Order: sequence, then structure tokens, then C-alpha cells
Amino acid sequence: MINKIFNSFDEAVADIPDGAVIAAECWGYPATAHNLIAAIRRKGIKNLTIITHCFIPQVFSDKYAMTPATLLPQIKKLITPIVGIMRLGAGDFVRPYVEQGLEVEIMGHGTLAARLYAGAAGLGGIYDPVGVGTLVEEGKEKRTINGKEYIFQEPLKPDYALLSGFKADKLGNLVYRGNYRSDQPIMAMAAKTTIAEVEQVVEVGDIDPEHVITPGIFIDRIVEIKPTDLGTKDKGQAIIQEITQVDSVKELLFGKKE
Amino acid sequence: MKQRLERDVIAMRAAKELKDGDCVNLGFGLPTLCALYVPEGVRFQTEAGLLGYGRLVLADEVEKADWHYIDASGRFCTPGEGMAIFDVVTSFIMIRSGRLISIMGGFQVSEKGDLANWNTGGDALGGTIGGAMDLAVGGKRVIITMDHTTKDGGYRIVKKCSYPLTAKESVDLIITDLAVIEVTRKGLVLKEVAPGWTPKEIQELTEPKLIIAPDVKEVEL
Repeated sequence: MINKIFNSFDEAVADIPDGAVIAAECWGYPATAHNLIAAIRRKGIKNLTIITHCFIPQVFSDKYAMTPATLLPQIKKLITPIVGIMRLGAGDFVRPYVEQGLEVEIMGHGTLAARLYAGAAGLGGIYDPVGVGTLVEEGKEKRTINGKEYIFQEPLKPDYALLSGFKADKLGNLVYRGNYRSDQPIMAMAAKTTIAEVEQVVEVGDIDPEHVITPGIFIDRIVEIKPTDLGTKDKGQAIIQEITQVDSVKELLFGKKE
Repeated sequence: MKQRLERDVIAMRAAKELKDGDCVNLGFGLPTLCALYVPEGVRFQTEAGLLGYGRLVLADEVEKADWHYIDASGRFCTPGEGMAIFDVVTSFIMIRSGRLISIMGGFQVSEKGDLANWNTGGDALGGTIGGAMDLAVGGKRVIITMDHTTKDGGYRIVKKCSYPLTAKESVDLIITDLAVIEVTRKGLVLKEVAPGWTPKEIQELTEPKLIIAPDVKEVEL
């Protein structure tokens, strides 16, 4: 059996070169491959293209989290539906980098998903009704099909995808938890090489075939998260404790009594 | 000064548009309040991949917060009975295939139903799109809840949006702190007014010409 298990995050990203196109899911703190992103940061590779669901400033302590935005000085191009947090000046935090040449391509989240699907399935692109008449259509081909306007969007084919999974067996069959699933299955399928950090590695046969979300054929490398690493349940709880010390943040994250 | 509707009342009025069996995505801000007032059997969706999530975790039960369950506005929620979990491809097929009702906030709505609700800065970095464009284009019904005017009394219901658009000709119903307005092919139809307000007064605070519904009435909850 081919060994897909890597002992360290640094080894797992060792071959990623300058200029690589990397898909890395992020939905705030959750669903983020914190340790693999930290390894890319240590490696210091440059001119990266980052494809992500959510590119928000690192509001958490580096002790607990490492979101794609921590790679900003290493990025040449950013492809995402979310740049920044509206109440914190939206994309203002990337403006200094844009002035130095960072390219930012925005689109709706569903468009990102469809473009990754197109990349995964070998389609030449998609004609998309979402974004017509908006900033998204700037510089893109438009076409009218059966009386309706569409924007042509190219497929996205990342060189690498960095995933955060719950459980993997040694073949790479992968299970997520809650909305950690999100963009990750389609990123795994669209990328040439997919690297997953997971809470738990189990033996082949330990995952019910009915429960596999991403079949192992799409997963190339697996690293198990240790208690001292980022992205653990304890560190997630520590972040909750930290951010709920601020009343205005607490109000945003929790419900109100009726 | 005459009274405008409170945020909770706007949310109650928007929730009245939903019925048992409806699936709805509640956008950031005021729409999230609707969750408190929806009839039984309404299910909530978040584009990050949950349908049928349960109640939100309250501020005095921080220990129950679990990063694996986050609602459409990024708040901690609980796994609901009968909840389904899925990836974004499935999620946006739900949204784009017209199976979901979308209730979102708005900065501006035009007389044709154009929506501006993601960006006040003018360029690509002036706001965050997220799922808003998909929800506006693909929603089974697109309901916008917002203040009728800007803080300094300017129009928000306009002939043409000045902020960057979220989607063209996409809004079905506008619920404000002064009125309920339906977007139709003939134009904007004023259906309901806040108690104490006349259609003429609403018109003065609305840039495009309103069609006054023959049965125009006070906002009903």
C-alpha cells in the first residue's frame, strides 16, 4: 500500500514551489488547515495564487490559528468571494499589497464552487448568470444564451489543495465534521495534489464506506494533528474564550434570549 | 416625529412571508432576527453547508459553542433535529435551483429590483460578496429588509443604485421600517404602510414613483 501518511507538516509541503496555485479553505476559524498554512509560511515560498472561501485578517492569536491571510506577503494573486470583514473596513487590509502588485479576483461563493467543479471535471469553463451587471463581470466575456445574459468564468485547477479533515484512513478516505466540509471536497477534487491535516488517522476499514465523503483517490498526503499543533479542539475552545472577552464580538457570535 | 417600525417588528413582518416547509437563508444583520418569529416547520440553511440547524448558542452558554456548527451569519448554532450537512457544490445548487427563500439586508434597491447590499466602497475591496450574489440571483423569493432611508434621510429605494450591484432585477419584496413594497414588472407597488403613515408620506421618502395598491393597508403582523 502506498504510504500517504507524512510525519510532519513541513515534509508534506516540502515540494510546493514558488508560484504554486493553492486552494485552502477557510471559514473564519473553522475548516482551515492551520498547520499546513503555518508550514507554507515557514517555507517562505513566494508569488503564490491563493484560492479560498474567506480571506479575513488574522484576528486570532498566532498561538491558536493560522488563516490564509497570514500568507499575504507571499501572495501574488488572490481568488475569493470574501476579502475582509465588513465592519473592519472590508478589503482595506490588503490595499497596501495591491499597491505593490497583488491581484485580487472576486466572485460569488457559488461561482467559486462552480469554477472548482469545472476544474475538477475537465470543463473548459462555465457560463454563469451570477455576477451579471456587477463588478464581477469586469474584463470577462459575456454571452446571451436563450435571451439570458451570462459571464464566462474560467475553470480553477489548483496545483495543491490544503484540507482540514476530521478522520482519514490510510487510503485517504476522508470524513469531515459539521460545516468543516464546505469547500473542501471540491477543492480536493480540483487540485492536482491534495494534502489533508486530520484529527485522527484510522486503519483501512475503520470508516464505514457509506460515510466516506472524499474518496481516498483524491487525497495524496495526510498528516495527523498532535495535541501541541494548531487547530485542535482545545485551541478552538481557547479562541472562543479569548474572543468572548470582547462584548461587541460576543454579540456577533451568539444568539439573544427572546 | 412619527414612529418607524422597530427592527424586531420588521423581522416579524418578514417572518410572516414564510410558512411550514419553507427553507430559508437568513443574511447578516436584521434578517437573522426573523429566526425568532418564523412559523414551525421552517428550516434554515447556511451556504457553508447546513440545512435545518437548530437554535443559536446564547451568550451565557459559551461552553456549548462548537466551531463545527456556524450559521449563515457566522454565529454559533446547534445541530438541529433532521439537519443535513453537505458541501458547497450541493449548497449552491440548493440556492441557485430556486429551492430556497432568501432574506437579506440591503443598502439600496432600485425600481426594477436591482439590489446593492455588499459594497459601499465602490471597488472590489469595498465589501464582501460571500453568497449574496448567488442568493439574489437564485432565490425562490428574494426579500430585502432594510431602513427606508439613510441615516441623513436620503433615499435607499432609488431609480438607479449608486452602490455596486449585488444582482440586477432580483428583488421580489422590500420590507422597511415604513412600508412593504412589492417589485413588479409595472414598478414598485406600495402594499402596506407603518401605522400612522400615509402613502403620500412614504412616496416623499422614495425616489421612484410608487404604485399605490388599491387595498393598501397598515403593516399586518
